[in-house]
Order: sequence, then C-alpha cells, then structure tokens
Amino acid sequence: MSFVLNEEEQMLRDSAKAFLAETAPVSALRKLRDADDQTGFSRDLWASMAEMGWTGIMVPEEFGGVDMGHAAAGFVLREMGRTLTASPFLSTAVLAAAAFRLAGSDAQKSAWLPKIAAAETVIAFAIDEKARHDPSTIETTATRDGNGFRLNGKKRFVACGAGADALLVAAKTEDGKTGLFIVPADAGGITRTARRTVDSHLPADFVFEDVRLEGDALLDGAEDSDAALAMVLDAGRAALAAEALGVAEEAFDRTIDYIREREQFGQPIGSFQGMQHRAAHLYSELELARSLVIKALRTLDETPSQAPLWCAAAKAKATEVSRLAGSEGIQMFGGVGMTDEYDIGLYYKRAQAAGEHLGDDAWNAGRVSALSGF
Amino acid sequence: MSLETFRAETRAWLEANCPPSMREPVRSEADAYWGGRNAEFASEDQKRWFEAMVEKGWTVPAWPKEYGGAGLSKDEAFVLKDEMKAIKARSPLSSFGIWMLGPALLKYGSDEQKAEHLPKIARGEIRWCQGYSEPGAGSDLASLRTKGVLDGDTYTVNGQKVWTSYADKADWIFALVRTEADAPKHLGISFMLIDMEAGGVSTKPILLISGRSPFCETFFDDAKVPASNVVGKPGQGWEIAKYLLSHERAGIVSEANFGGLNPVSAAHRSGEVDPEGRIADPILRAETAKLTIDALAFEATLRRVKDEADSGEGVGARASMLKYVGTELNKRRNVLNMSALGSDGLLWEGDDGAPARDWLRSRANSIEGGTSEIQLNILAKRVLELPGG
Repeated sequence: MSFVLNEEEQMLRDSAKAFLAETAPVSALRKLRDADDQTGFSRDLWASMAEMGWTGIMVPEEFGGVDMGHAAAGFVLREMGRTLTASPFLSTAVLAAAAFRLAGSDAQKSAWLPKIAAAETVIAFAIDEKARHDPSTIETTATRDGNGFRLNGKKRFVACGAGADALLVAAKTEDGKTGLFIVPADAGGITRTARRTVDSHLPADFVFEDVRLEGDALLDGAEDSDAALAMVLDAGRAALAAEALGVAEEAFDRTIDYIREREQFGQPIGSFQGMQHRAAHLYSELELARSLVIKALRTLDETPSQAPLWCAAAKAKATEVSRLAGSEGIQMFGGVGMTDEYDIGLYYKRAQAAGEHLGDDAWNAGRVSALSGF
Repeated sequence: MSLETFRAETRAWLEANCPPSMREPVRSEADAYWGGRNAEFASEDQKRWFEAMVEKGWTVPAWPKEYGGAGLSKDEAFVLKDEMKAIKARSPLSSFGIWMLGPALLKYGSDEQKAEHLPKIARGEIRWCQGYSEPGAGSDLASLRTKGVLDGDTYTVNGQKVWTSYADKADWIFALVRTEADAPKHLGISFMLIDMEAGGVSTKPILLISGRSPFCETFFDDAKVPASNVVGKPGQGWEIAKYLLSHERAGIVSEANFGGLNPVSAAHRSGEVDPEGRIADPILRAETAKLTIDALAFEATLRRVKDEADSGEGVGARASMLKYVGTELNKRRNVLNMSALGSDGLLWEGDDGAPARDWLRSRANSIEGGTSEIQLNILAKRVLELPGG
C-alpha cells in the first residue's frame, strides 16, 4: 500500500478544496448556526455534492456511483474538516453506503444505493443508546410481527438526525443478533427530538414505540450481520478520523500563520522558543495522526481483515490530536482565541464532537488493547 | 526481478541461513556483533549469520557492490528489512560505520577514501567511533575547540572529545577538528578520519547511571593525521556533520523501534497479568494501549516518510521529527516496562538487571544526536519556518 495520494485522489482532493472554499467555508456553518436552522445542514449543498460525484464515492458503478473507496471518501472528509462543513456525507455517503454494500440484499442495494449516489435521500445512522459510544449494548429490539417487525427502544445523539429522511437503526433481533433496519424517519410511533450540540450541529434523539416495519426493512444480505455492522462502524471511525485530521490541520495552519504575524515585545510571538516548542510538538503529533488515518483508510480498501486495529488506532490518535490542535490553538491565539469572532474556537468544538462520535480516544484505546490481546 | 519474486527469494534465503538463536531478542550488549580488529564472536551461530550476510552484501544492502553492498533498490532494501523483522532476525552487524560514517563517505568521500574504508565497514573489519561533542561543546556543537594544525601534508591534532560511544573498543574515529583558525565558527571545522592506533590518541570510559560505560572521553595529544584523511574540503566539516547527524537520527530511531521488551511482555514476565492474560492493572493497561497506538503511528510514519521521500518530497528536516518522536516513545516504553515489572524491574545484577539498565540508558535517547529541544528548534525553523529569535 502507498501512503502517497495517487493522481486521481490528488485531483479529488484539490477539487474538494476549491469547491468547499467557495461553497461551504466556515462562514456557512456560522450562518446555519446564527439562523437557528432546524435541519442542521444545507440541502442545496448536499445536492451539489451529488453533482461533484462525492455522494457516490463508495457506491458501486452499477448502482450509479463512482466506487472510489474508503480512502477517497476520507480525503474528501479531511477537506470538510478543514472548512468545518456540516453535511450528511459521513452519515449517508459513508456509513449508510457501507451498510448497504456490506449488509444489504441485492434488492436493497438496488433500491437504496442509487438514491444515496444521487443525494435523493439523507440517511442517519442510529447506533448509540447511552451517553458514550457502546455498540456492544443495544437494547432496542425488533420483534417479528407477521411479515414485518415491531421496533421498540431509543437512540441518542444520532448525527444528522434532525434533517434525516430515513434512519438505519441497529436493533436486536430475536436470534440475539444485531440487525440494521432501514426506517423512514417520520414513520408512525417515532418521536424525534433535535439536540443542538457544541459544534453547532443538530443531531437528534429518537424514541421508537411499536414502530411497524415491513419485512424488507431488515438488511439481510450479510452472512453475519454482527460482523457487517462492526465493519461499517470501523469504516465510520476511519472516516471520522480523517475529518478530525482535517480539523486539526486547519487549526494548526491558522495558528502558525497567527504566531508569525502577531507581535509582542517588538517581535513576532512565533520567534519565542516557548511558542516554537509547542508548535513543533504539535506538528510532530499531527504527522503521527496523518500516517494512521491514511493507513486505516487504505487498509479498509486493500486488506479489510486487518482494518479493525488500524481504524481504532486512527480514531484514537486523530481524536487526541485534533483536540490538542484546538486547545493549543486557543492558547497560542491568546485572548482573541476565546472570542466567538475568531474561528479557532469552532475548530476546538468540532474536534470534541467528532472525537466523541463512534468512540473517543479512550474508547478506541480500549478497543486497541482488546484487539491486541492485553 | 519483480519485488514479489525478490521477497519470496529473500524469505527462503533467510529461512535457510538465519540460525534460530539469531531470531531471539537482543538481551545484552554481547548479543550484538560490532566487528573491528579485536572483535570476538559470542557464539558459532553469530559468526555463521554474520558471514552469510557479509557474503550476500546484506550488512549494507543498499550500498554499491564494489563497496561490499548488494546494490539493492530502496524498495528491495525495505523488503529485506521487512522479512528480517518478520522472523525477528537480529541485525548481523551493529556499526557506526554503517549507520553514520558510510552515508557521509558515499556522499562526500574521495574515490580513494571510499575504496579504502567502505568495504572494511561492510565486512566489519574496522570498528568506528564518532568524535563530535566536547566538554564545552554539547548542543552548541559548532563551538568545538579540538585543533588541527597543518604542517606540510600532516595535521597535528590536540584537544578532547567526550561522549565518544565505544571509543575504547573502536579502531578509527571520525572527528570534527577546527583547522581554519581564522574562519567563522561554522566554516573552520574539518571532518577527519583518524587511526586510533597511530599514536597520540587515548580513551577513558565514563561510568553512567546504568552502571555501564558505553561512552568515553577521547584525548588527542599531538596526534599526526595525513591531510588526505580530511573528508571533503578543509572547512567543510560542519556541512558533512549535519548530513551525518540526520543519518544518526534515523539510526537512533530504527534501533529504538526494534524488538526488545514491551509492557505486555514485561507484565507476563513479572506475573502481573489477570486470568485472561491481560495486564492486571487497568491504568497501566490504558497507558500501554496509548503507547501501542503511538508505536503503530510511528511505524506508519516511518513508511509514509519513506514513500514521500521516494516521490520527491525528501526527508530533510523531518528527520528531526522522527528522532524526537521515536526517542520520546522509547523512553515512555521503558518507563512502562519498569512499571509492569514492578520490583522485579529494580534488580541490578546479570540478565535480571538488563531492563533497569536499558531503562536508564533510554534517558540518553533524547540527549544524544541532538536533544529533543534542539530537534524542536530545527522543526520550528526549517519545517514550520517560524521567525528566528
């Protein structure tokens, strides 16, 4: 495997950079926030992402996608991290696309993957039920009811939940396995409560009370649904790690620019050794996170059986480093770093939220120790 | 030959030629073979393994064949390293000649110097040491004062070096000597090759906190050195020294990353594991998980930097990042090893004492070859391009 981006990936990255700078810069997030938008993202932006071909990055060509894989999706998300772009890309184009690919039947793939590629739907991925990520504890149940199911339970902090058209819900089936169910977000028996979070995103909590589902709601194309779900979550962790990396890289670049310019005692504060050592340490940590993120994404594409360890390590390190980049950024910006006017605080806040989603550094370190057998 | 064919052939050759005892972790200094005029093998297996590797040119796989190497491409050399790591094969020859002097000679040496010295390094015939630091010149290395005065075609060298690793066991020393008394600080230094048996050179080991003496003081009292033993031009020594230091840094990190005790094996050794074989103490387990993540990250970063260097971005000052990260990581690993060993880690004698001595030795990782603080200075200036202060 190569750590260097190939030509196609470089083009994708460059076009993502240019498109996001134009269409979805940090000011777009501020606008959504200040307008108290109740969707949590821009539907127009989501439609433009389909025109760019991004929504089909993980969708096979036969279903209308471009099938470029996890690494390509990660490189786009990394750029979105840099611009703090709020969008359903992770939930729909990565998690849902991976779920249908890995666990969907042929009919489900034909029904849903083209819609994802065309951005005709926004699908949120509903996994967690507690405050901290814990996919091993799913209490939501789906019980057989005639040809269909009855869904009962609750999900918390579902990313993109407020504006989603459909949900992929992880629920226990009667055989003790965990299945993924595709559920219309406005089905009878569903209560949706939007929850504004620190990063100005708008996830939602869901309560399911005897929600009646058709028989084809259960993704039943995988031999082992638990293994498929685990792989979907690994893909999500690597993708989120890529976004967190972008957050960290941009926070770092802006901080370096600032300490080059800002003068105190008659000279740039970046000339002081106290600042230089903090900056150089952060740079070194960023280099480590970068390597793990690329390694995890490539491993998902090339040798998926080895992916779990690398995905957990990448998510843990990217979480830690993006938080560090944000906090060091605020420290080095000084007083203005604490103001809402400056963007550095927005990076710190997104780092925290992206870090928490699908397991923070502590959770993923636990996974690394379990996967390594100690 | 395709890389996959090379891999298969390399694997088969290693399988046939690397004795089982040479696949066990290096436990003490005696387990490494350093070569030199007075070298002795610790075992028949060590000798067999060394000779087989010399024969293949694999003590210096990427060097040209005429200088004792195998002329491997970078990719092939990586495959060889990979395959050696896979069977935990020991390095057949530990050598400052290979890690440090060789690359500098390949770049700056005259044809005569290369033909004279490189094959002897490759075959482990001459053991080299490095004479850089002085009592008054540590991090501020360029203020060094060991002096060489040219008379005819011979320099007379006087002065003192310190922290010369294994100088008491070395045959030759490559040293930085001030030869141009009137030149500015950085431009008055020459890079000299000095035969330590030729008279006027003496060494004295320094006892360290580890109870070992890997470093020496080295004294020059009217040592006579032919002018033809200056590498590059007189006054070019600082440039060569900097080039060599980046290889030294790479050497330090690759050593730090290679095998040895880790907190998991340490906990098994001391019995501090739970019935499932996990590290018993949950906080120590968490610290070990974080160390593991950083070790994976470091391993991936070494690969990435290599990939990027190959695609034209070069390593450059990022060698300082690798040195900083790799050495701090190794110190952390040793601290956690000690914690996992508990009171067993406090033992001092024989093989039992190795972990404590390694732990103490590791404290030098972030001092030697440029301190961590110097690496951060270099990164700030040359990679981040922050303004000078």
